[in-house]
Amino acid sequence: MMKEDAISKQAFSFAADLRRFTQIIFSRICVSSAFHLRLKKTIFILWLLFGTSLAHAAKIGDLRETDWLEQAARFWSLSDPAVVNALIGSVLMGVCCGLLGAFIVVRKLSLMGDTLSHAVMPGVALGFLWAASKNPLAIFIGATLAGLAGTWLVGAIKKTTPVKEDGALGMVLAGFYAVGICLFVMIQRSPTGNKSGIDKFLFGQAAALSTQDLWLMGIVTACALLAVALFYKELLTTSFDVGFARSSGMATGMLHSLLMSLLAFAVVISLQATGVVLVSAMLITPAATAYLLTDRMGVMLTLAALIGVGSAVLGAFLSFLGHSLPTGPFMVVGAGVAFTVAYFAGPRHGLITRWFRQASRRRRVRDENTLKALYHLAEQSNFAEESFNLGQLAAQRNESLPETEERAAALARAGFATVVQATENGLPGTHRNVQLTPSGWRRASEVVRNHRLWELYLTNAAQYAADHVHDDAERVEHILGEEIVRELEKRLNYPQLDPHGKPIPQTLQPAPAGDSAATGYRQPGS
Amino acid sequence: MNGFIPAFDFQTVFVEPWQWDPVGTAWIVGMGFLVSAACGLVGTFLVFRRMALVGDAISHSILPGIVIAFLISGSRGVLPMMAGAVAAGLVTVALIEAIHRGSRVKPDAALGIVFSTLFALGVILLALFADKVDLDPDCVLYGEIGLMPLMQEARIGSVSLGPWPVLQMGIVFLVLVALLFLFYKQLLVTSFDPALARSLGIRASVYHYGLMFCLSVTVVSSFEAVGVILVIAMLIFPAVTGTMLTDRLPLILGLTLPLGAMYSLLGFHLALWLDTSIAGAMVVVAGALFGVAWIFSPRKGLLALALARRRIQHEAATA
Repeated sequence: MMKEDAISKQAFSFAADLRRFTQIIFSRICVSSAFHLRLKKTIFILWLLFGTSLAHAAKIGDLRETDWLEQAARFWSLSDPAVVNALIGSVLMGVCCGLLGAFIVVRKLSLMGDTLSHAVMPGVALGFLWAASKNPLAIFIGATLAGLAGTWLVGAIKKTTPVKEDGALGMVLAGFYAVGICLFVMIQRSPTGNKSGIDKFLFGQAAALSTQDLWLMGIVTACALLAVALFYKELLTTSFDVGFARSSGMATGMLHSLLMSLLAFAVVISLQATGVVLVSAMLITPAATAYLLTDRMGVMLTLAALIGVGSAVLGAFLSFLGHSLPTGPFMVVGAGVAFTVAYFAGPRHGLITRWFRQASRRRRVRDENTLKALYHLAEQSNFAEESFNLGQLAAQRNESLPETEERAAALARAGFATVVQATENGLPGTHRNVQLTPSGWRRASEVVRNHRLWELYLTNAAQYAADHVHDDAERVEHILGEEIVRELEKRLNYPQLDPHGKPIPQTLQPAPAGDSAATGYRQPGS
Repeated sequence: MNGFIPAFDFQTVFVEPWQWDPVGTAWIVGMGFLVSAACGLVGTFLVFRRMALVGDAISHSILPGIVIAFLISGSRGVLPMMAGAVAAGLVTVALIEAIHRGSRVKPDAALGIVFSTLFALGVILLALFADKVDLDPDCVLYGEIGLMPLMQEARIGSVSLGPWPVLQMGIVFLVLVALLFLFYKQLLVTSFDPALARSLGIRASVYHYGLMFCLSVTVVSSFEAVGVILVIAMLIFPAVTGTMLTDRLPLILGLTLPLGAMYSLLGFHLALWLDTSIAGAMVVVAGALFGVAWIFSPRKGLLALALARRRIQHEAATA
């Protein structure tokens, strides 16, 4: 079954070069030999994705064959017209797919893109047969028609049979693809088919783009940009609220057809670069990555286009390194890496980002609880004492001494408190004391104030019983911001005492003089 | 265009292969039948669970699983391939879940991202390790069912049991049938009424992952014959064609067998006639048969619907 042709041999020699290179790198960083082999295989791909720039810096004079390095130089010097074509093509494709993909992703039509990209196959083959050569225009027309026929068929199956959307999509995808495969094989077996280069449509080869292809790509990308610019408001509205769009008189059906036609165009022009199988990934992945990074549609469109361009250029470059490696898979893996990074480290929705945010919130809540306990201790001594030993604090918090020591250390790190050796009769004692700094004191007062204000608000405004408000206040005290606190104070008429009769610490401003008689707690119903 | 479609000759297309090489022809057609029937059984439940495209995703993403299993084990044995495929299949399902649970990306986009990226990884691995991995990317896409008679034969003593892939597919098919009989009720309930399943104490997730396991095993056994993309057709077409004809699940499941036989036999001869990919032709036949059912189905077909509409209009006009 192995294909003994020039392509796989080239790929083989390229792979051998890279393996030799990785071996040298690995022998230098002394990986323990047991994992050597497995690790090498895994890291190899990672290295391929990330390490290419690093490879320039590494001394590789001891490599005999620097074929791939020459290739890299050739790529970036742009001396080869095929490279220029591949680059321009990748950029155009990235922009076009990113822009349209953004609408596909927010409309939950991602898999329509997948189906469409497979459905164009028979059109490509028929266009090829019609023109009897690789004429871009004939292929473009054939593929677009096939793609639109596929989209229409999905709708028809959904409307007139009990088959659900996923089934209809899968059927059209596989059925059209099968017709395409049959035609491809027939073309390849026909006398003119051998040199046709039609097999490049399966996995893509950006270096095979002709000037004619580029013109077509340019026109389609311009059309897509123009359509998005002209109908931005309409596309946005129909994407998020079809009912509203219809009621405000937008031609939603027309807009859907417009989007589908543009999508078919985009798929067709991307075929040469990424291949039939993986076009849909170039539509979905950059757009979904952008979706993770922003909440604004305009920003999302820009980001999706940029990520599309980035992964397309990266894919073209990596596949160029290995002569005849297919372009599409590298582009898709590049986009996949971008998605993974955004998934974990996106500034707002990233998994790790959220985890850090939660951890810091937990830390803050813990610090504030310790501060509150210190405030309570101070209150018990009628604010006579200023420093408290850790044993007292532990008793107040119902914690063990080591735990409390950790808490006190955390407060010291945050600058809220200092931990000092207690003095007994002027001599260093055995206990350790914790003393609040001014900022710690302010924060502690704020938390206690939030707690007591909220308790008061619940009893007065929400008619809670005074003994039911503590637990809720325990949670809310950490979240209340200054503005809400001010609003609460105003509504409660600048209270002095909480429902349990304890004074509410004043931290923002002293109560206005005229209201000095304001007692905090009103009896319900009074 | 001239001569692109060869002249049809009943003798050369339908009779001669059976005269020249009856055994080889039988293996090819038999493999086609086993693939369609096994995929049809698993696919029916996928379609009713609205997971048809999960089949699509898994069939793509087992590619890196197989290639990595191949690189690690260095052999094309059944067990490493199965293990690689099942691992890749479960990883796919888990990744899709993780993406749409852990971020705001919708499930459909998550599915598209996962399978295309994994498939791309598989293709890259194949291209890079072409010297080691005895798989051809083109074959991955549309299969090599025509090579079945040339595959290594399974033997017990001196008795030939047929080519390995066919035997493997046969075993998978029989196991699937057995599992179907054992767990029919549970599968039925979890597919159609998850709430009832929960109240009956049936663990839906067990059957979900069990189905995914069966799917991975079936797909990996089939993909050598029909390629990753045409497997999807084999998963979906029998079920939807059956749905056009009847509402009863046992009948739909039963119909996958004659449908599979028709796909295989007609597809084989269509491919002979047109001199093209057998697997592709099988799916073309599957699509055509669905088209026939879509139009002519006695109760749900387009014709029946049109006739019913006319009768109602007629009655409304005369009343």
